[in-house]
Amino acid sequence: MASNPMTQFEVYRIGPEIKIGAFDISFTNASLFMVVSSIAILVIFNLGAKKNSMLPNKIQLLAELSYTFVSKMISDTAGSKAKPYFAFIFSLFMFVLFCNMFGMIPYTFTVTSHIIVTFVLAAFIFIGVTIIGFMKHGFGYLKLFVPSGVPIVLLPLIVVIEIISYLSRPISLSVRLFANMMAGHTMMKVFGGFVISLGIVGGWLPLTFSVALTGLEILVAFLQAYVFAILTCIYLNDALNLHH
Amino acid sequence: MIRKYFFQLIFLYLFFSKEVFAAESGGMPQLDPEFWVSQIFWLTLVFGTLYIVLSKLILPKISANLELRKSQIQENIEAADKQRKDSELKLKEYDDIILKSKLESKNLFNETREKTLRNINLKRDSLEKQIDEEIKKAETEIDQLRKSAPEKINKIAIETSSEILKNLIGTEINNSSISAIVDDLYRKNGGKYYGN
Repeated sequence: MASNPMTQFEVYRIGPEIKIGAFDISFTNASLFMVVSSIAILVIFNLGAKKNSMLPNKIQLLAELSYTFVSKMISDTAGSKAKPYFAFIFSLFMFVLFCNMFGMIPYTFTVTSHIIVTFVLAAFIFIGVTIIGFMKHGFGYLKLFVPSGVPIVLLPLIVVIEIISYLSRPISLSVRLFANMMAGHTMMKVFGGFVISLGIVGGWLPLTFSVALTGLEILVAFLQAYVFAILTCIYLNDALNLHH
Repeated sequence: MIRKYFFQLIFLYLFFSKEVFAAESGGMPQLDPEFWVSQIFWLTLVFGTLYIVLSKLILPKISANLELRKSQIQENIEAADKQRKDSELKLKEYDDIILKSKLESKNLFNETREKTLRNINLKRDSLEKQIDEEIKKAETEIDQLRKSAPEKINKIAIETSSEILKNLIGTEINNSSISAIVDDLYRKNGGKYYGN
């Protein structure tokens, strides 16, 4: 089992098989870690929100710093109009971050290393942003595909490119997160395998790499959550403030 | 099952890596659609719950806490500002009082000094006057004494000479003749002895 670096991504059923119609919605290890991440988020932020002291304790400071961090990120990229979507982006950021971070613990499962999970999130964001855009600007939202100041000759080409780039947003958003997570974890597993196969003599070099990669992966776990959230903000900004 | 093979076929073309891993076991587990529906279902459920709880219960509390702290800090800053202004005012008042009292004490000192000086002057003047009077009196007395001295001396001289003569000659000599001689002598040499 340990020899194949891809087995860590395998999803298996925990408990009985649950079926609704033709669909299998059994509780799996992926579901378990979604639940664990969410509960961790809720517990930490509930503790952080519970007591309001003038001088915050550590957990309250953590919750408040996260709050101001996300709130600043949203107001910097999408402006004040994005305030109603703060809770969604905050949940999204925290969910992705905690899933990524829980994945860093050995023998756990990384929820965000599955394309279907990231794609569902990205597709939801894409559809939501498109709906918001059309609700705010009506058909004027289509102006997003027509940048101003472009020569008439180039316009058909630009419009096609813009439409393709707009439609590829959910794919790029989801694949970015999924691929980063999968590649990082695979690489760590490969180097971990090298440590065993090279033994006490040659195993030190891959072990060093493994340690360094762990640090890098923790950085990537945070960074990808941040990128995911900030790209959501940017898409939201396009929908709320039509700049083109 | 048909759906499963359909998705696997699509991703076989998209991800060539699948072939590499296919040798060991079913390739990338991510592309196995067996649990896709389950993952979508649980993701929706879990994330939806997370969103609702965060947005309805937890985030408003954090936001309220932050607002409260912000306003409290603002209030404290304002109170501190006010107190600082008050203390500055008090300090100024205090300074004023000190300045005033300094001026007052200076005035008082000057006044007292002047008064004392005046008193001293007055006393000295009166004393000087007294002294002058005394001196004048003494001078007149001395003058009188000086004026009356020759007569007395003459008288003494007459008496003494009459006594001497009586003892020498043994007879009484007329005083008037002696006094005539003394007068004569006095007139001749008086200035020499009395400085008149």
